Amino acid sequence: MIAELGHFTLILALSVALIQAFFPLLGAQKGNNVWISLAPPAAIFQFLLVSISFACLTQLYITSDFSVVNVAKNSNTAIPMIYKVSGVWGNHEGSLLLWVLILSIFGSAVAYFGNNLPPDFRARVLSVQSMIAIGFYTFILFTSNPFERIIPPPINGRDLNPLLQDPGLAFHPPMLYLGYVGFSMAFSFAIAALIEGRVDAAWARWVRPWTLAAWLFLTGGIALGSWWAYYELGWGGWWYWDPVENASFMPWLAGTALLHSATVVEKRDSLKGWTVLLAIITFSLSLLGTFLVRSGVLTSVHTFATDPTRGVFILGLLIFVIGGSLVLFAWRGPKLINTGFFQPISREGALLFNNLGMITATAAVLLGTLYPLFLDATGGGKISVGPPFFNAVFIPIMVPITIAMAVGPFLNWKRADLIPAFSRLKFALTLALIMTALTWVWQKNGPMAATLGMGLAVWLGIGTLSELATKLHLFRSPIGAWYRIKRLPRHKWGMSLGHLGFAIAIAGMAGAGGWTKESIQVMQPGETVTVAGYDFRFIGANHIRGPNYTSVAGKFIITQEEKLITTLVAEKRTYLVTDTLTTEAAIHTMLSGDLYAVIGDSEGKTGAFVTRLYFNPLVVWMWIGTLVMVFGALISLTDQRYRIGAPKRGRKVTVITAQ
Amino acid sequence: MKRKHKRLTFIFMAFALFSIATSLILAALEDNIIFFYSPTDLIHKDPGPEQRLRLGGLVAEKSLRRIGNAVITFKVTDNTKTINVRYKGILPDLFREGQGVVTQGYYISGIFEANEVLAKHDENYMPAEVANAIKKSGQWQDNRTAKKGRTE
Repeated sequence: MIAELGHFTLILALSVALIQAFFPLLGAQKGNNVWISLAPPAAIFQFLLVSISFACLTQLYITSDFSVVNVAKNSNTAIPMIYKVSGVWGNHEGSLLLWVLILSIFGSAVAYFGNNLPPDFRARVLSVQSMIAIGFYTFILFTSNPFERIIPPPINGRDLNPLLQDPGLAFHPPMLYLGYVGFSMAFSFAIAALIEGRVDAAWARWVRPWTLAAWLFLTGGIALGSWWAYYELGWGGWWYWDPVENASFMPWLAGTALLHSATVVEKRDSLKGWTVLLAIITFSLSLLGTFLVRSGVLTSVHTFATDPTRGVFILGLLIFVIGGSLVLFAWRGPKLINTGFFQPISREGALLFNNLGMITATAAVLLGTLYPLFLDATGGGKISVGPPFFNAVFIPIMVPITIAMAVGPFLNWKRADLIPAFSRLKFALTLALIMTALTWVWQKNGPMAATLGMGLAVWLGIGTLSELATKLHLFRSPIGAWYRIKRLPRHKWGMSLGHLGFAIAIAGMAGAGGWTKESIQVMQPGETVTVAGYDFRFIGANHIRGPNYTSVAGKFIITQEEKLITTLVAEKRTYLVTDTLTTEAAIHTMLSGDLYAVIGDSEGKTGAFVTRLYFNPLVVWMWIGTLVMVFGALISLTDQRYRIGAPKRGRKVTVITAQ
Repeated sequence: MKRKHKRLTFIFMAFALFSIATSLILAALEDNIIFFYSPTDLIHKDPGPEQRLRLGGLVAEKSLRRIGNAVITFKVTDNTKTINVRYKGILPDLFREGQGVVTQGYYISGIFEANEVLAKHDENYMPAEVANAIKKSGQWQDNRTAKKGRTE
């Protein structure tokens, strides 16, 4: 009954979406106010219907109703409640339902808070949103129905994939989806602007907070995913340039470019066409990412082949959305006239440089991700393009961007001079050179890229702080600085924190990427192995039992120069229902680096085990840097600028997007 | 600066960046592509000991040996030819005898020295490369195709 209710409300949501997609758009073209006014209530109604549908699926999971195929395949009575709930989106069908739920949340937010938008423009935006939703509703209903019944129902479920039985599942996918789907707002605004043929500062002021909110969630989602892989997979790494990772990273790169170009539209009434194009690209990459991961095209062509309807549907939808919007752009884009003039050495010039760099980086990642697929599809042989390729291409592209990142904020709008900017960066440059030299002496045998990375991190970090200090006149009149700190617009804080966070993250990536120390060996109980100056003493392993798994837990005591640092317990779990193994790495985090221990199989009969021990320097700086970036975005979202022209409603919007 | 100049600057910057990127990509592709071999391919083509490559197939039943000091050997087969693989480390959680595996490393005088063993799939799933390699060798059994992939 509940399954049928969920299915039925989803079908109803599709019908509402169909109405919302066509009548408001037609009304806006023909000036029919009744049809225009249909859009907001339709969007809110759609949200209610999808919420009910999602609640139904959640209820089915909570009550372990195995007469539903989806629940039977991905749940079990023995798993803890938190994984029953998060298991709702731990599978293909349920995650798509989460996708449309988030899409409808964003749509209803425009309906509810968008009273300051011109009604016909809002109608167009909501209609475009609804078209995206139609694509997903039909995809779910025709190829991936989460409410399908099975007769006779199995006695117990097949269990949630043990790798997903982790708190990470509760947060990582929803965050990532809030990011992906959040970019649909920028997309809908862009398409609506193309239909209308008008992009202005007010448009940019609307697009920017939505993009920023999406970017915030995507940043958090990617970092959470990386962190999850780091502690769950037990190979000591945090980024593998795996196609699945790249799928989420490409919209991030393009979205970052979009954030910067939207500022130019707002401030200088320039780069309009480019910004609209970026909005289209960013969301297209989100779609590409969602589908590549969800359909399994990238990790295996196999899944594509076993379910041809799904694959064909996906391709069709992608071609329709990307192709359609690009055609619309080619047709209407030239109507967007830029009035602001443009000097290469200026704030907008620097932002444009960022854009070109980010898009080049996106293109490089896209190529590396899709090239093996193309080659395989055309019979060119099977290859894999892994970390060496991406490191060789991506890092050199990011270096000039990072250098420019410290300079850009010093430049004025319209026309600027490089010499005063560089003279203010002398301090940062000196410290960066000292850092590079020190690191080089300290890590002579390490990779050059990591050494340069530390220098870059200092350059960007100190450069950003110098710019902040200049803006606050911190050294010229320290007394007035406190007053100026309070007066500094929040979006400026956001920018400074964003750049600072990135600098901190670079330090983490350089450390963890460059100087990881690793040791693999067989350890007898009582044996000690030294990694990077830390003595790992293996105490022994014993068997423990969890709610739905058994586990071999190996205990290590770590000391440095006879001083106790910590005790680590690394586990190797066997999940009973599916008889699968998972590795639970034991990690002790310090500012200087992570101690990381993994236990493998037993060897011999003396209680000896294969162990893998790591010292991963500076890893925590990556997570701190990401947090600072996310925090900066949050601060920026609360900026007054986004309330101008919308004294009452605008405030609520920024609050909502910040949550 | 006139509109035309502005556009020229833009185009110049874009062109410079993209050409740098293209040359980087081409250079990186040449050095960093890793080709995939089935055991049959490897024996026929023998790419030499300096070539880093991927070898994929099934882990032969009862071929897993621990020879001490965390070193493991096993055989990878496509049901036609078989290659001995040596690896030091911890095998991935999804590694099983009789199931698909992809290893990365060097083929040195008849032994594949793996420095990575990948099993990016769950217990009832076989990597596409491996499935194709076995199909190519003509040893594919149809009950495998019935199994559906799950890659979340």
